[in-house]
Amino acid sequence: MKHVDEYRDRELVKSLAFRLADQVKRPLRFMEVCGTHTMNIFRFGLRSLFPADLEVVSGPGCPVCVTDSADIDVCIAAAENENVVIATFGDLVRVPGSRGSLAESRARGARVEIVYSPIDALELARAHEDKLVVFVGIGFETTVPTVAAAVAQAARLRMDNFCVLSLHKVMPPVFARLLAGNHQLDGLLCPGHVATIVGRRAFEPLALDYGLPCVIGGFEPVDIMQALVQLAELAARREAKVVNAYPRAVAEDGNSSAWRLVTDIFQPVDAQWRGLGTIKSSGLAIRDVYAAFDARRRLDFETETPAPPSTGCRCGDVICGRCRPVDCGHFGGSCTPGHPLGPCMVSSEGSCAAFYRYGEH
Amino acid sequence: MENKKDCVTLDHGSGGLAARELVQEVFLSRLNNSRLAPLEDSAVLPVANGRLAFTTDSYVVDPLFFPGGDIGALAVNGTVNDLAMRGAVPLALSLGLIIEEGLPLEVLERVVDSIAAAAETAGVDVVTGDTKVVHRGAADKLFINTSGIGSIVEGVEISPGQVRPGDGIILSGTMADHGITVLAEREDLGFGGQLRSDTFALNHVVAALVEHFPGGIHALRDPTRGGVATTLCEIAVVSGSSMEIWEERVPLNRPVAVACEILGIDPFFLANEGKCLLFVDPAVEGEILKALHRHPGGKQASLIGRVTDGEAGRVVLHTAVAGQRLMTPLTGDPLPRIC
Amino acid sequence: MCLAIPMRVLEVRGTGGDMLEPPLAVVEAEGVRREVRLDIVDRLPVVGDYVIVHAGFALHSLDEQQARENLDLLAMMAAGGDETR
Repeated sequence: MKHVDEYRDRELVKSLAFRLADQVKRPLRFMEVCGTHTMNIFRFGLRSLFPADLEVVSGPGCPVCVTDSADIDVCIAAAENENVVIATFGDLVRVPGSRGSLAESRARGARVEIVYSPIDALELARAHEDKLVVFVGIGFETTVPTVAAAVAQAARLRMDNFCVLSLHKVMPPVFARLLAGNHQLDGLLCPGHVATIVGRRAFEPLALDYGLPCVIGGFEPVDIMQALVQLAELAARREAKVVNAYPRAVAEDGNSSAWRLVTDIFQPVDAQWRGLGTIKSSGLAIRDVYAAFDARRRLDFETETPAPPSTGCRCGDVICGRCRPVDCGHFGGSCTPGHPLGPCMVSSEGSCAAFYRYGEH
Repeated sequence: MENKKDCVTLDHGSGGLAARELVQEVFLSRLNNSRLAPLEDSAVLPVANGRLAFTTDSYVVDPLFFPGGDIGALAVNGTVNDLAMRGAVPLALSLGLIIEEGLPLEVLERVVDSIAAAAETAGVDVVTGDTKVVHRGAADKLFINTSGIGSIVEGVEISPGQVRPGDGIILSGTMADHGITVLAEREDLGFGGQLRSDTFALNHVVAALVEHFPGGIHALRDPTRGGVATTLCEIAVVSGSSMEIWEERVPLNRPVAVACEILGIDPFFLANEGKCLLFVDPAVEGEILKALHRHPGGKQASLIGRVTDGEAGRVVLHTAVAGQRLMTPLTGDPLPRIC
Repeated sequence: MCLAIPMRVLEVRGTGGDMLEPPLAVVEAEGVRREVRLDIVDRLPVVGDYVIVHAGFALHSLDEQQARENLDLLAMMAAGGDETR
């Protein structure tokens, strides 16, 4: 595949691994904040190429893993309404809420359809005129524009049986939460396709406010390795700046027309993050003018107060290196892959899930 | 049948005249052989000495028809392959159908045509069968169960217990073809015709290998649900051995690789319906590979790894970019992802 | 959260501003074809361009020149050049 195979060149990855080893002169800890970085570091076995002194921690960048169990319960409540068809990305189906997952609801007869695109959810609505199709909108700045475009089309076509249950979140506020106070991080590997939408410049505050080197990286093995080389160089010089290491897909100001469509349809709102609690204006809700497409207004969920994060969940600390998975009181007991409290355990490659699988617990 | 109904009705399952006509018209006309024809309650087969292999599998694939095959071909090849994986020569198959009321007869006829064609290709007869019809909604169009018996020649011992450190690990062809084809067809992902199921009966090629390389084949397994990764992990645990696999040597059709990239699915987890993993004596692995390449079932066979003397159950994958990681079994149904 | 794949544009449709016909591109990689929406792409692609596809939408039109420079930089870095200065 063009524009892919070139960045999976074995020799290029190996030589970048040597360069990385040269650059890492003292113990360094970087955080990557994108589920796709987490998955590809695992998939291509890149961790085996990192020098011993380099630790790359998986941050809260997987939209499924940060979805709070209270929000999953809302999806299940919607699914159990028999004139509703839930449309969702495959990622969300097995994540547990406080009383089971969407996969279990489907097994009990709820209509839950896996879709690959928000447009498929629109097609579902056209094919089921007698049903209300509720699309579960998860994902960060990369995915939100595709959902906004679906809402815009539904509005143009005046569709009355399509709406979105928005669980969308944006990146900057969660950094503020995590990086406030002391953190043992030496640099941030920033999500390439979020930057494709919001642009390189949008990450400047991170470098300035927290004095952290930031490199925006692509997702192929060569992209990831060379982004880490550049991050190690900046960390060695303790230089807090934002380098765009994915120029073929990221521009200075990103895709402004896509983000404008998002701000037309969504507005910031406080959001619940699994294991991290409520983070101010970190979520996106549908604006009043598009209320007809807002599932929270189309369906009356009894507004039971969201379950507070179980006290003692230390995912935020694990992510920032303030503690190790085993230092968290819940690890291996009330928090396991089967019953995950925080994102580090939900994501199969989250720090706690990986430690639970390979570490001694 | 003068009152030719166009779909299967509850009458066809009643055991009465309509049922008998269905068996005659649809099944016997296509699957006819001396043992099935009498329609006895049981077929009777002579029993040679030695051991008998016996297996069963149910087929509920949706959609029923997909590029490269259909539920009928799967139902025969899947069970024939399960017999071949123990080095058994298939002797006879049973065929049980559960049909949803309202299934067009034309669909049933097409499926039984495929069953007949696949059985003939595999060189095995359907000797006994049963058909039940259920109310609309009680089943999804058509479910098929096939069981098979096969004879194992004296001295042939093929099972995970025979796997030894040093064994070569061969994959008989490209992986994930079936799994991605059915997924793309079912979810109507519009990938435009490049994907085809690999459903195929492996009994002839296995019989040839068993004959030419006595004792050379230690274990065989067809990596159906859960894919190559899950099968390797299972064999590693069951045989108490460790393995190393080289991703670069694992054959994968380019369109399949692209479709998996688009959907965020790992091809190592997708089903194969016409492939097998062979664990072979290193002394003859080269010859076995050459033999496979000469056979339609093994054109793209490749030595993908080695059984090693490490921690039992541990399967290490050497990735195409010189990285290394543990291979894990599939935990849940592979679904399209955005992250 | 951003699984996205570059694919080559074979055909562009519906960019004439007609309300009901959404802007679409038929894209391809290794013979696998898909229809993707162009509603939010930053630069309308022409046939032969590559676009990054995520959840059925083209997010970005890849700039060939930029891509070549990107590759040259990588090769130089791997050989030891320091790129962040």
